[in-house]
Amino acid sequence: MSAASLAGMTDGERVALAATGAWTAERAAEIEKLIEETARRYRDARSVDIDLAQLERLDTFGAWLIERLKRAFTARGSTARIIGLSDADRGLMEELQLANQTPGHNGAVANGVVAALDSLGRAVAEIGWSFVLLAHLLGALTAAVLRTIAHPTRLRLTSIMHHLERVGWRAVPIILLSTFVIGAILAQQGIFRFRTFGADVYVVDMVSVLVLREVGVLIVCVMVAGRSGSAYTAELGAMKMREEIDALRTMGLDPIEVLVLPRIVALVVAVPLLTFLGSMAALYGAGLVCWLYGGMAPDIFLERLREAIWLPTFEVGMIKAPFMALTIGLVACVEGFEVDGSAASLGLKTTSSVVKSIFLVIALDGVFAMFFAAIGM
Amino acid sequence: MTSNAAVISVRDLVVGFGDVTVLDHAALDVFEGEILGFVGGSGAGKSVLMRTIIGLLPKRKGTIEVFGTDLAALTERERRSIERRWGVLFQQGALFSSLTALQNVQFPIREYLDLSPRLIEEIALAKLEMVGLNADVRGKYPAELSGGMIKRVALARALALDPDIVFLDEPTSGLDPIGAAEFDELIGTLQRTLGLSVFMVTHDLDSLHAVCDRIAVLSEGRVIASGSIETMLASEHPWLKCYFRGERGRQSPRLVHN
Repeated sequence: MSAASLAGMTDGERVALAATGAWTAERAAEIEKLIEETARRYRDARSVDIDLAQLERLDTFGAWLIERLKRAFTARGSTARIIGLSDADRGLMEELQLANQTPGHNGAVANGVVAALDSLGRAVAEIGWSFVLLAHLLGALTAAVLRTIAHPTRLRLTSIMHHLERVGWRAVPIILLSTFVIGAILAQQGIFRFRTFGADVYVVDMVSVLVLREVGVLIVCVMVAGRSGSAYTAELGAMKMREEIDALRTMGLDPIEVLVLPRIVALVVAVPLLTFLGSMAALYGAGLVCWLYGGMAPDIFLERLREAIWLPTFEVGMIKAPFMALTIGLVACVEGFEVDGSAASLGLKTTSSVVKSIFLVIALDGVFAMFFAAIGM
Repeated sequence: MTSNAAVISVRDLVVGFGDVTVLDHAALDVFEGEILGFVGGSGAGKSVLMRTIIGLLPKRKGTIEVFGTDLAALTERERRSIERRWGVLFQQGALFSSLTALQNVQFPIREYLDLSPRLIEEIALAKLEMVGLNADVRGKYPAELSGGMIKRVALARALALDPDIVFLDEPTSGLDPIGAAEFDELIGTLQRTLGLSVFMVTHDLDSLHAVCDRIAVLSEGRVIASGSIETMLASEHPWLKCYFRGERGRQSPRLVHN
């Protein structure tokens, strides 16, 4: 196939254009330049004939460009017609005469400052809205809990056990490992700094209070949010995309009761247990480092531990755990229900589920810190 | 139509999964410029044959020739240039959910051709108009479109690069009878205006009658018959009799007068 070309012959105000070669998709870029040039060169023509008799091949791309050339002439008030059209191409040309007639909605390019303010405003409104959704789901969940208390047979024990295994039991190894390492690192850093002023033994105070009150529960919550919160969001989001949640509703079942309640109950049970295990693993790691790196015998570590902490130290961490679990669960489920049809939104909501729940857990931890300080715990 | 050259020619094709053999020495031709209706029972392997031709499933034996070249003998590069010459309409549309309707149609054009943004946009819009969609759908995401619109956008995307062959996997499934008839008509019109060869997997007896030039029937892993609808109606093969002249076949209004 030869290259596309467009030869022009001027006869007074009449122009005869003859297209030759293959006017196809592969050559569309050069043909586009060709027609722009032709439209410029013959801009004074009163009447234009575009002869297609010698075309070797024509596809939608070439046909559209011929149509565009024709429109370029007619837009200037000259007459343009297409001649020599083969029967095979006639349908295509007629089809394209109808194309792109409605002007595109090339909305005015927004001012940069306005666009920035616009997106800021939307982001703020979205944050506000996400709290409304959280409150909404919390309310619906409370109603579901009350209904379940009134009719205990409606509790989905199998489902709760299933989720408990996923978010609790299967999380144990990774939680133990990470908290063990965190405890060991805290102890090592403590020994290293405290040793310079001979206060090695206070490492035990620092690590135990830190782990039991704050770090244990926070690490567990971050792990759970990343591990289970994201899974909840993705599951519920995929179910929403495939209309499974609508199917549940039409069967007269409450998605909150069937999907959300078992998941959140499992989290509220699992997170305190994981926090306990995690805190123990962290203390064990700290003890091991004190012994091997700091040269503190295990019985001295234990004795110091007994003096450093009292029951409320432990309770502070454990009391926070279920509330944080509830936060993670609620955020994960809200985000899951917010997924719309697209794959991108599933990814977006899963990310925002993890980010939001970790942030809210930290914010909640701050509130708890003030509260416990106020009541002297 | 059979005087034309075969654009797809499948011989001795064997495809299976594990111990199951789905296609057992199947043979099939699609001729240039025809609409081939491909029928068979559910699970007979119609989609498997289509997916094997377009290279989504591996074959165990046999040859698949497209435009006269054996697909197995091609280099990756040559294969790409063949793939550029066919378009596929998947059963569920398979539109990219994170792109708008217009972006979906622009996507193959942008990937394969180095064109100006203005031309890409105009061509994509023209394709959307050719499949009977108006300009309002351009900015919509697949989740916001109805089933019929999704099929049309998917068809526009399959046609984006002006292919020579189009594979349609149950194009009218999930459409109401009026929508299905319109879609059949659209396929016929596009086939004529663009000079396409169409390979259409279908269950819709009305479509078979309305637009297909030829019908091929797959049963027990082989193509047991091919020919015009009249040949099918005249056949004494028990499965064909059941399929074309059974209860639903008789009810099909456009078949009744035959």
